[in-house]
Amino acid sequence: MDLQFWTWIIVGITFAIYIGIAIWTRAGSTKEFYVAGGGVSPLANGLATAADWMSAASFLSMAGIISFSGYDGSVYLMGWTGGYVLLALLLAPYLRKFGKFTVPDFIGDRYYSNIARSVAVFCALLVSFTYVAGQMRGVGLVFSRFLEVDINTGVIIGMIIVLFYAVLGGMKGITYTQVAQYCVLIFAYMVPAIFISIQMTGNPIPQLGFGGMDENGVYLLDKLDGLHRDLGFASYTSGGKSTLDIFFITAALMLGTAGLPHVIVRFFTVKKVSDARKSAGWALLFIAILYTTAPAIAVFSRTNLIETVSNKEIDKLPDWFKNWEKTGLISLEDKNADGKVQYFSDTSKNELTVDKDIMVLANPEIANLPNWVIALVAAGGLAAALSTAAGLLLVISSSVSHDLIKKMINPKISEKNELIAARLSAVVAVCVAGYFGINPPDFVAATVALAFGLAAASFFPAIVLGIFDKRMNKEGAIVGMVFGILFMLFYMMKFKFDWFGGGTEKDWWFGISPEGFGTVAMFANFITSIVISKFTPPPPIKVQKIVENIRIPSDAGNATH
Amino acid sequence: MESFKKKYWKINLKYLSILLSIWFLVSFVFGILLVDELNTIRIGGFKLGFWFAQQGSIYVFVILIFVYVLLMNRLDKKFGFDK
Repeated sequence: MDLQFWTWIIVGITFAIYIGIAIWTRAGSTKEFYVAGGGVSPLANGLATAADWMSAASFLSMAGIISFSGYDGSVYLMGWTGGYVLLALLLAPYLRKFGKFTVPDFIGDRYYSNIARSVAVFCALLVSFTYVAGQMRGVGLVFSRFLEVDINTGVIIGMIIVLFYAVLGGMKGITYTQVAQYCVLIFAYMVPAIFISIQMTGNPIPQLGFGGMDENGVYLLDKLDGLHRDLGFASYTSGGKSTLDIFFITAALMLGTAGLPHVIVRFFTVKKVSDARKSAGWALLFIAILYTTAPAIAVFSRTNLIETVSNKEIDKLPDWFKNWEKTGLISLEDKNADGKVQYFSDTSKNELTVDKDIMVLANPEIANLPNWVIALVAAGGLAAALSTAAGLLLVISSSVSHDLIKKMINPKISEKNELIAARLSAVVAVCVAGYFGINPPDFVAATVALAFGLAAASFFPAIVLGIFDKRMNKEGAIVGMVFGILFMLFYMMKFKFDWFGGGTEKDWWFGISPEGFGTVAMFANFITSIVISKFTPPPPIKVQKIVENIRIPSDAGNATH
Repeated sequence: MESFKKKYWKINLKYLSILLSIWFLVSFVFGILLVDELNTIRIGGFKLGFWFAQQGSIYVFVILIFVYVLLMNRLDKKFGFDK
């Protein structure tokens, strides 16, 4: 059976499952809409968090990025997992004890100020919108490659599906569809990885396989380092970025992970404080399965690619090469007209350009795996993109209906009307996200990675200080957040969009890239907050009592308004 | 009661500082700062520094969270905060 047939079947079945779950788990109250009723088991929440977390970027792009950057790609591996340690130890249990619906809820109540709440709403919307646009684009890309529909049609199909279960089910619907989506995406990721690991090293466990030997008894990583040297690339296992920049980028990704609202709210859905800790553990375990496999796939596909194409005759290249050439993601130009592929680091001699994003998608074809495996990868990519998009859309809609309308504009709104407002804002958010998916502004690609810097610079210090520093007051927190996020935006706009005089890599402050600058902005936020709080009055006794209370796990009660 | 709660919080902070030091050590120290030194040591096909950066640190992160879960569950029980 051909690939397209398989893809329609597998994607169709998974979509039917998601819609079925959405109908079965409709939300009947705001509590169900915002926090799934607050009774999700730690294991289910761990699965849902993992799917929520792993986006189109993790599933489709990460292995490819590592494949082309070798050791430098470690920033994503450590950065996007290490943040969970911070979440589990410094944030999740206390925020669950606090027992509200959203992150701006915590900021607004802890800092007894609607200004603080508004700043938090603004940051939450900024971070979530930059992130969600990339997801819708990912959905469109998968559709266009595997189902041969136009990218825009793909985005619209994705919008309709997300609209259906996010609007109908709210957090409750999203949670249980995410559980299903995790199963789909991890299966889709592991099956080709295991096949290829067996093919290349004889070891079925990819995590061990990429430290193994090929059929000639040469260690795979040594072989790849050798191939890289021959072609003039930086050695695979040592990379090219400066140690300082690697350090700062890793830290920014970790701190940002711990400050992303759509991840934090997942911990509001469990019953008690100990469940919040436990589900962070489950979540990281499920994420780690994919994240420890990704570097193995990176090595397999890099070696495979070089061996299949480098110095081979162009007429004899395999079919997958021609298939992907049609999408424009691989391109070849026989510069010296010798009829062979020259693949070099040196751009004047290099004839081959490969887009990083196709490594995961093309991998099963490169390894000659059956069509159903390739179709499975398409369904997995869609699951990853849709689950993250849904989580982000929920943050956006609850920021509007709960934090803006209920808490600030019209506190007397009835439960029923708030639920309607939540659903309407979800609809609007889906449409805006879809619009950005169809007309991606230039800054989307640049800002998705920077969303982490923004989250690290704004939320992380405000939340951690709110829990660990009883003396922290509204003046310190507000100025800290505003300064942190503006500082980050300034650096990002200067070096990414060429504003404020622009600049190139050699103008970076201390050689820190915009991706790593979130760490600097976060420290700036911490220091500003602490200094200002020393010179301004302490928070009211009532607020200090709240802080004492969230430090003790018992009597967490239910999440309430 | 107040000093009782303070004692609980102090022990929690002690756990946090130990576990976060390990977190920092395996990722930032082993995986980044000392990566070249550790790369001179080999385990099978892996250079050790590279292995920590792309595999080892992640395994340790998972273990750290579950250790924290166990420690805190025990502490909650001891202080009667597990209800």
